[in-house]
Amino acid sequence: MQQVFKRPQSLKDVQTHFCPGCHHGTIHRLVADAMDLYGVQDKTIGVASVGCSVFLYGYFDIDVVEAPHGRAPAVATGVKRAKPDNFVFTYQGDGDLAAIGTAEIIHAANRGEDITVVFVNNTTYGMTGGQMAPTTLVGQKTSTSPYGRDKSKDGSPIRMAELMAQLGGVAYSARVAVDSPKHVLEAKKVMREAFGYQAEGKGFSFVEVLSSCPTNWGMNPLKANARVGEEMIPYFPLGIFKKEEA
Amino acid sequence: MSKRLFVKGNEAAAMGAVEAGCRYYFGYPITPQSDIPEYLSRELPKLNGEFIQAESEIGAINMLLGASACGVRAMTSSSSPGISLKQEGISYMAGAELPGVIINISRSGPGLGGIDASQSDYFQSVKGGGHGGYHIPVLAPNSVQEMYDLTMHAFDLADLYRTPVMLLGDSVIGQMKEALVPNARPVRELPEKGWAVRGKSGAEQRVVKSLFLGDGELEAHNWRLHAKYQVMKEKECISEEYETADARLIVTGFGSVARIAHTAVAMAREEGMKVGLFRPVTLFPFPEKALAEAAGRAGKVLVVELNTGQMVEDVRLSVGAAAQVSFYGRPPGAGSLPSPEELLEVIRKQYDDTAR
Ligand SMILES: Cc1ncc(C[n+]2csc(CCOP(=O)(O)OP(=O)(O)O)c2C)c(N)n1
Ligand code: SF4
Repeated sequence: MQQVFKRPQSLKDVQTHFCPGCHHGTIHRLVADAMDLYGVQDKTIGVASVGCSVFLYGYFDIDVVEAPHGRAPAVATGVKRAKPDNFVFTYQGDGDLAAIGTAEIIHAANRGEDITVVFVNNTTYGMTGGQMAPTTLVGQKTSTSPYGRDKSKDGSPIRMAELMAQLGGVAYSARVAVDSPKHVLEAKKVMREAFGYQAEGKGFSFVEVLSSCPTNWGMNPLKANARVGEEMIPYFPLGIFKKEEA
Repeated sequence: MSKRLFVKGNEAAAMGAVEAGCRYYFGYPITPQSDIPEYLSRELPKLNGEFIQAESEIGAINMLLGASACGVRAMTSSSSPGISLKQEGISYMAGAELPGVIINISRSGPGLGGIDASQSDYFQSVKGGGHGGYHIPVLAPNSVQEMYDLTMHAFDLADLYRTPVMLLGDSVIGQMKEALVPNARPVRELPEKGWAVRGKSGAEQRVVKSLFLGDGELEAHNWRLHAKYQVMKEKECISEEYETADARLIVTGFGSVARIAHTAVAMAREEGMKVGLFRPVTLFPFPEKALAEAAGRAGKVLVVELNTGQMVEDVRLSVGAAAQVSFYGRPPGAGSLPSPEELLEVIRKQYDDTAR
């Protein structure tokens, strides 16, 4: 019998702690798949951020350094400069990357650090209980925007993939979603491409993944999934915003 | 024969770092320490090393965290407000037991303060300025030579104990020029860095982290760190004594002010007063025992600091009831360094009291 679907080698065979319907697990798979494709598991150093994904090392069978909240791109810079032959990626939530860590991501990207950044945008702070994030949609209610995000007071949701594409040091920037099988397949392609940029020494690559947080959105997994397509994608368009041919 | 150079304290520290094998530096400009990044931006590329001017002190300390996690010798430097920003990273490095050297050529505060010599970062440096309850070794040089020697020593301590180490100087020590004999670095047996991330290479996964959520895990981790600090207290105290054997008054202070106090003590001796100087070189671990001994013999201690009184607390804890402790402080302000004559006056007063 032919096996058509199996666990990527870079992923451990363990149960996850993520909530039912959470997309972090799917995104982990995509990252592991890309790692496997380039055969870099054995030379990868992952940088874990603060948020629901902090337990990276519990799922990926790779070496990992844990970074303070928002600082993963700076930690990854130190790692990559010390070990230029290793494969280095960060995995960060939207609170982590687009709020407290804005300076670190912009400058690591602008320096063109030869790393890959996986940016999980679920429009909220997951781990701390669903507070407003820089990516929270206008009108979206969260535990700290109980009347809905007010553009005049809270500003507009930040479109990071587009912002990254503006920076000279960025070689690749894209946004994908994992709310449907079609989008997962597209995301897999993009993730592979982004990892390929580093594997082939082409420079800084950035993948924003639109993701759900059923728990904090107060939705069941199916409804949460649907929200990604209905509310998030219209504001956060999918696509490749920069692709430098090296 | 070693050559003699005439260099600034800051340059000496940078040279000491290079001699110690440091090839990675991450920093952000701030007076009065910018000679360090300037020197290393020039020299490290020649040695196949990396210099990065980070976007902030926060960026710099976290780059240091990342590089140190890979097992290489790496460093950052800054001055007071920048060190405040680095405290988050220092706490994480202490928690993850990562080596690394941080130079603080401190200036005055609080807030933007000024750039004159000050010792008001004593608490912040020695009491573990970041969150979570930890210590890091803190070394306080008082000369250009010591900026060089103690920077090398800092790298060894960092690797030996898997801890960040701070070199605490101030603008006097950093900016003054004097003779330096660049000694070869001391040879100390250091453990293998079997914990450093390297890409699994088919072996066991390695994780560098400070998150311990398992039942009792964090408590055990904290006790282990505590035990490490006790070992440092046993083995790593450094202090310098001058004329303390028969002294009836011990003057104590660290770094730049200790040099002025040294002159004042010599002047007091010329006047026939039995006064001695005790200079802590390590501020953590604080040389409690050595100080308690000298103070116990003398019965009286005068603490001199460029602040309103910080190290004096550790002096009191060290000597307990064995000696009477007084304090003379000059927090920073334009031209606020005490002169030897000024300190001699304070010594006279304290010494006369003793005679009574
Ligand atoms: C300096 C600091 N501030 C705040 C926190 C608390 N905190 C932990 S996780 C988190 C939010 C994470 O949200 P996000 O990055 O969006 O990731 P998610 O949990 O949604 O995957 C915050 C604010 C912290 N750990 N450190
Ligand atoms: S809180 Fe949200 S982001 Fe975190 S695991 Fe649960 S669903 Fe996922």
